[in-house]
Amino acid sequence: MTDATAGKPPRGGQMLAADGTPLKVSLRRAMRAQKLRALLLISPLLLFVLLTFILPIGDMLLRSVENDIVPSTLPKTVVALQDWDPKTSELPGEPVFAGLHDDLVIAVEKKANTRLGQRLNYEYSGFSSLMRGVVRDLKSMDTSRPFMEQFIEADKKWGDPAVWRTLKTFSGEYTSGYLLNALDMQRTENGIQMKPEQERIYLKLFLRTMAMSLGITFICLLLGYPIAFLLASLPLRTSNLILILVLLPFWTSLLVRTAAWKVLLQQQGVINDILVWLGLVADNARLVMINNATGTTIAMTHILLPFMILPLFSVMKGIPPSYMRAAKSLGANDWTAFWRVYFPQSIPGVGAGAILCFILAIGYYITPELVGGTSGVFISNRIAYHISTSLNWGLAAALATLLLVVVLALYWTYDRIVGIDNVKLG
Amino acid sequence: MANERGDAAFVAFEHVQKSYDGETLVVKDLNLNIGKGEFLTMLGPSGSGKTTCLMMLAGFETATHGEIRLAGRPINSVPPHKRGIGMVFQNYALFPHMTVGENLAFPLEVRKMSKSEIESKVKRALDMVQMGAFAGRRPAQMSGGQQQRIALARALVFEPELVLMDEPLGALDKQLREHMQFEIKHLHERLGVTVVYVTHDQSEALTMSDRVAVFNDGRIQQLAPPEDLYERPTNSFVAQFIGENNTLPGSVEAISGDRCTVKLTDGSVIDALPVNVSKPGDRTLVSIRPERVEFRDDRMPADTHKLEAEVLEFIYMGDSFRTRLRVAGNDNFIMKCRNAVDQRRLNAGEKVVIGWNVADCRALDAA
Repeated sequence: MTDATAGKPPRGGQMLAADGTPLKVSLRRAMRAQKLRALLLISPLLLFVLLTFILPIGDMLLRSVENDIVPSTLPKTVVALQDWDPKTSELPGEPVFAGLHDDLVIAVEKKANTRLGQRLNYEYSGFSSLMRGVVRDLKSMDTSRPFMEQFIEADKKWGDPAVWRTLKTFSGEYTSGYLLNALDMQRTENGIQMKPEQERIYLKLFLRTMAMSLGITFICLLLGYPIAFLLASLPLRTSNLILILVLLPFWTSLLVRTAAWKVLLQQQGVINDILVWLGLVADNARLVMINNATGTTIAMTHILLPFMILPLFSVMKGIPPSYMRAAKSLGANDWTAFWRVYFPQSIPGVGAGAILCFILAIGYYITPELVGGTSGVFISNRIAYHISTSLNWGLAAALATLLLVVVLALYWTYDRIVGIDNVKLG
Repeated sequence: MANERGDAAFVAFEHVQKSYDGETLVVKDLNLNIGKGEFLTMLGPSGSGKTTCLMMLAGFETATHGEIRLAGRPINSVPPHKRGIGMVFQNYALFPHMTVGENLAFPLEVRKMSKSEIESKVKRALDMVQMGAFAGRRPAQMSGGQQQRIALARALVFEPELVLMDEPLGALDKQLREHMQFEIKHLHERLGVTVVYVTHDQSEALTMSDRVAVFNDGRIQQLAPPEDLYERPTNSFVAQFIGENNTLPGSVEAISGDRCTVKLTDGSVIDALPVNVSKPGDRTLVSIRPERVEFRDDRMPADTHKLEAEVLEFIYMGDSFRTRLRVAGNDNFIMKCRNAVDQRRLNAGEKVVIGWNVADCRALDAA
């Protein structure tokens, strides 16, 4: 380490450290220990998040396209089906039936036949019972006779090319079936088409979820803005007190709050009783405010209101009162001063509150479940149904994936229009 | 000033009181007349009520009692936006989401002026503060001094007759502040606009104002041109608040005309100008400016009492010498001498005799 080396002019545009190594290399070496330390410090959390959040979600998203069960349970059938053209009205050849027989014998041993039947039933209703029937007759089948006849004897449906078409369509390792289903679409001979009108449910549900979330966000903004404005202009002691009142709902269980809304809103509930007592509503025409969209909207607005007020308040707190005063001294009346000077500066808070409320609302589950009835449920309730009741995880995953895509798309649009760096939470 | 110009007060405070909590008065019985075209500064320590007075004039605070008149019209119940008063704020209060041009156009737009008129007025106002090239900038892209000029231009662009300034230079560094003082002063002279200026910086008040109102404890302590304020303070607070000041406590022995003798606490006797004392026996605080204290025989007036002093410290200040003396038991008596060729430097421990002109030594209230 000599001064002579340190003082050398940079050679070839590269700065050299005192010992002759390039400065960048030497800097990287010096920073390595620091980086390692930082990595070590966050590694427990990183591991936790990876194991409990990223991996399960990734797995779940993968389920929306995964179709491993068909090719792994019916390997011979799938191979044999490759030569069959699903567009013809002819049945596939004997090798396919023989393959199916062999595959099913193994499947029954492994007890995989029920799950397979369930899986294919999502795509072709009746497949589950078809599968149950053939498994029953499997033992009595004669290996010396052609299997095609025996299968059709067991159930006429095996003679329907539509059954084989379904099997062929969903024989790949990956499938778009769940996603199409989640979009109320299906694959037919003529390509991808919308399902018949009466079978469409999910698109409507997605639209309702978004429309109601938007509505709830808007009501939250309408109710929250004046509160936040008042809070920001009050002296600190009073505003702290009111802020506690705003936060009070957080200290009560979500379930309790939602149940309380049930008590208030039901037809024999407090609000209806008061309205009847006041004579505003006839006793036989009590308002239906629960177990429908109204109930969901009211309860969720109440629950999400603090998420709107808090970012608004923190942004408004940072707007010095001298701006409004300046505007007034320049000749603006109260409204003009507010609208031209105050409101534009509170936009980051509006943005943050709105995006927070909307994203929370769009994935909300408990409240719509409890007070939504049928007309007030969200897409997440349908996802929960498929996870825990119908056990169609593939469809649940597909619905969840679409929800995620919708949220990301909205987020992107929002960033385009408002600019995400315009959002301020505190 | 108001009387010199021969017109009625442009701004008048009459018996104005202000209380925030209903228990204490922040402003106590304020009476103040400001002439048209005058530059009046409200000077005082924080909490003295000067900003409250300004805010009442601007309309952001309401007077608890009394009347405020602008051009003869009572404005107590006129909302701020109808008063037509320009205002410059301490933190500039330029609207951050508007460009400089939009900021300046704002007061003209709310007055529903035509586009072309707005454009020409904005341009003129920007040129007035030499910021013509900055119309497209945002406030955040400018330095404090530039923002201050824009704030000034915005307060003037709608041609108000009265402009209020609330410590407008408080956030600037010293050099820029002094420069801006002159600019504001020159703008005032050029436009003839009435300015009410609030500051706690006395040098700012002295250099810029036609008259200064010194506030303390909710009252105006003295209202006078800068020169009078410095040379002839009428009470102890003003004497000590404005500039550097030596004080010696004592009691009045005798008064005759414009001269009184004061017996200091250590028993020595001096001559002083009676300002706030009326009869022998009154307790008093005698005040002398450091630069009016003399120790050389050839410069000392003949017929006055002198005092013995001991030099405690000699400080070289470049343009002047500061000598800290012990005088009549006061260890912090400062004497300031000009650094001239023939000036003698005193050494610590030296004993000297000091004196001054009677007119420079003012016997004020003891408070």
